[in-house]
Amino acid sequence: MVQFTFWDILRNLLLAAQWTVLLSLIAFVGGAVVGLIVCVARISKNPGPRWAARIYIEVLQGTPLLMQLFLCFFGLSLIGLNVPPLAAAAIALTLYTSAFLGEIWRGCVEAISKGQWEASASLALTYPEQMRYVILPQALRIAVAPTVGFAVQVVKGTALASIIGFVELTKAGTMINNATFQSFLVYGLVALLYFALCFPLSLLSRRLERRLNVARAS
Amino acid sequence: MSLVRLDGVEKRFGDLHVLKGIDLKVEAGQVVAIIGKSGSGKSTLLGCINGLESHDDGRITVDGKVVSEDARSLRELRQTVGMVFQQFNLFPHLSAGRNVMLAPMVVHKAQGQASEALARDCLAKVGLAEKFDTYPDKLSGGQQQRVAIARTLAMQPKIILCDEITSALDPELVAEVLKVVKALADQGMTLIMVTHEMAFAREVADLLVFMHQGRVHEVGAPAVLFDAPQTPELCQFLGAVL
Amino acid sequence: MNYTFHFADVFAYGDLLLRGLWLTILLSAVSTVLGLIVGIAGALGRNSEIAPVRWLAGAYVELIRNTPFIVQLFFLYFGLAQMGLKMTAGQAALLAMVVNLGAYATEIVRAGIEAISKGQWEAGLSLAMTRWQVFRHVVLLPALEKIYPALTSQFIIVMLGSSVVSQISAEELTFAGNFIQSRNFRSFEVYFVITGLYLLLSLGFRQVFRLIGKRVFGKG
Ligand SMILES: Nc1ncnc2c1ncn2[C@@H]1O[C@H](COP(=O)(O)OP(=O)(O)O)[C@@H](O)[C@H]1O
Ligand SMILES: [Mg+2]
Repeated sequence: MVQFTFWDILRNLLLAAQWTVLLSLIAFVGGAVVGLIVCVARISKNPGPRWAARIYIEVLQGTPLLMQLFLCFFGLSLIGLNVPPLAAAAIALTLYTSAFLGEIWRGCVEAISKGQWEASASLALTYPEQMRYVILPQALRIAVAPTVGFAVQVVKGTALASIIGFVELTKAGTMINNATFQSFLVYGLVALLYFALCFPLSLLSRRLERRLNVARAS
Repeated sequence: MSLVRLDGVEKRFGDLHVLKGIDLKVEAGQVVAIIGKSGSGKSTLLGCINGLESHDDGRITVDGKVVSEDARSLRELRQTVGMVFQQFNLFPHLSAGRNVMLAPMVVHKAQGQASEALARDCLAKVGLAEKFDTYPDKLSGGQQQRVAIARTLAMQPKIILCDEITSALDPELVAEVLKVVKALADQGMTLIMVTHEMAFAREVADLLVFMHQGRVHEVGAPAVLFDAPQTPELCQFLGAVL
Repeated sequence: MNYTFHFADVFAYGDLLLRGLWLTILLSAVSTVLGLIVGIAGALGRNSEIAPVRWLAGAYVELIRNTPFIVQLFFLYFGLAQMGLKMTAGQAALLAMVVNLGAYATEIVRAGIEAISKGQWEAGLSLAMTRWQVFRHVVLLPALEKIYPALTSQFIIVMLGSSVVSQISAEELTFAGNFIQSRNFRSFEVYFVITGLYLLLSLGFRQVFRLIGKRVFGKG
């Protein structure tokens, strides 16, 4: 058995944490792009896309992320694609993220009062013009805080990629634990590293939200 | 030919029959005041005139064109008909000046400089020339409503609809807004306004419309209606508000 | 693609699936009740007049909300075992779920209490009730009603998150899936069925919560 010092453990965890960050970034950016499409479909005037988006959201929010990971992982290999765990995890997390961001953003668009629609319509703006110049600029401002807040969920969600064998922070922790049997220390450190990634995002999200509320109240 | 003409206009929200056959003619330059109890269909009527609400039956013509639901004719209609709302509905993310500039730039494709000059001009008309760069949340209710009027003026409409535009204001701010409306009336703007300001309606309006349960219950010169109401409903309404 | 799906191979293990399903429901239901109690205590702690209690409650909430559930689970199961506190997989799973939900519930309940206006407190206190009595008789129920939708969502999230406890071999629904696919090698079909069952569970629970809400608060 190899002897691990505290610093060995920490160094290995920090190295693995880079993969957690990378996977989070991929999932967040991918999820944002797909989420925008989901959001647009969800608020469309056309019932077809609206229902499709609704079902998409319902399924992805109504099933465990772990199952979504498994289905991507095993499903892709079924159709003959031998994808690495990183790719399967990136796809599953992108879909998962897109459903939540799409729904969060829909809420932000719908939070814009009916009066804004009426006023801009009365000024002869078309639907795309209303969106572009009146609704979206306001919706974006209120969307920032919950979007940053959801980034925390994405980072935490990447931990499940360990289960399909992607070596990120949690998986590295498990491997080191199996070699050292220092469960308390190892998982404690893993938790602290996640905390170091997530807590600043949580704080930022809260600060943004407070600033918006102050701006509104004045 | 009347500038605005409604013939047998009907509107339903599901089972709720809100407009039950409205006939109304408004001539260019006329000021029409609409009064009536809450829920009698006044806002819905205004909404039908600029196509914010669709109507189920009857015909509305504005400036010689029949109001229909297709996007192109709605866009044209709304360049003819401006609207001012009870809740101001200024765009909070834009300064007062930008609020006024937006529609000329987007709809009329006006150049930045031209629309800025236009906006300054319109703000001056409502007495707010110096508030060009101020954001709505830094303006009083009365000032916000005047910016909303300037925003509508910038589209150079032939008709302006006003839906209880002083109802959300503190009492001391009502006068400054009414003064602007009065000036518009004096300059010959066609105005259709829902209002609870009876004294103002009497002074400024050429035609008074009393709506009751989705119908034009009484219509005529303000002095006549106020001094000699013909129906018990109008008597009762005036008794309650005067 | 010329793969033939074999769903019959999954349903052959029907009783295993049902057992797993039942444990998932049980785990979720028990952890909800306990988690809500922790949440109420946590919310009181965060509003406590004693500063260290406030800090402790705050640290608990932040630690849990900013770390993944699976790491919390491993820490409680493996980490505490190393310190001499040994639990069965089922106990560790339940504990992790309660601890996790408790942190979220704390914030939800706190928001509910804050949403009750100062006027209610003042009215209660001026009737010579103690703070505790005002909380218990005046504030608690309206606050719960306000937060009920958020609690419902959180419950669904915890229920779906419980699939992770399969990783310490707690024998719930996902564990049943893992077991079955290790026997019949039909991974995709197995997890497809399991996913469908979870979807039914979340739709079903949302209905149940709506009905309970109607009964308790007199509206949907
Ligand atoms: N979008 C709508 N959907 C359903 N009912 C509506 C809608 N808008 C207005 N109504 C109803 O139509 C009636 C007339 O409303 P409105 O025109 O706003 O009255 P007023 O402006 O005279 O107070 C009211 O009973 C109102 O509740
Ligand atoms: Mg009205």
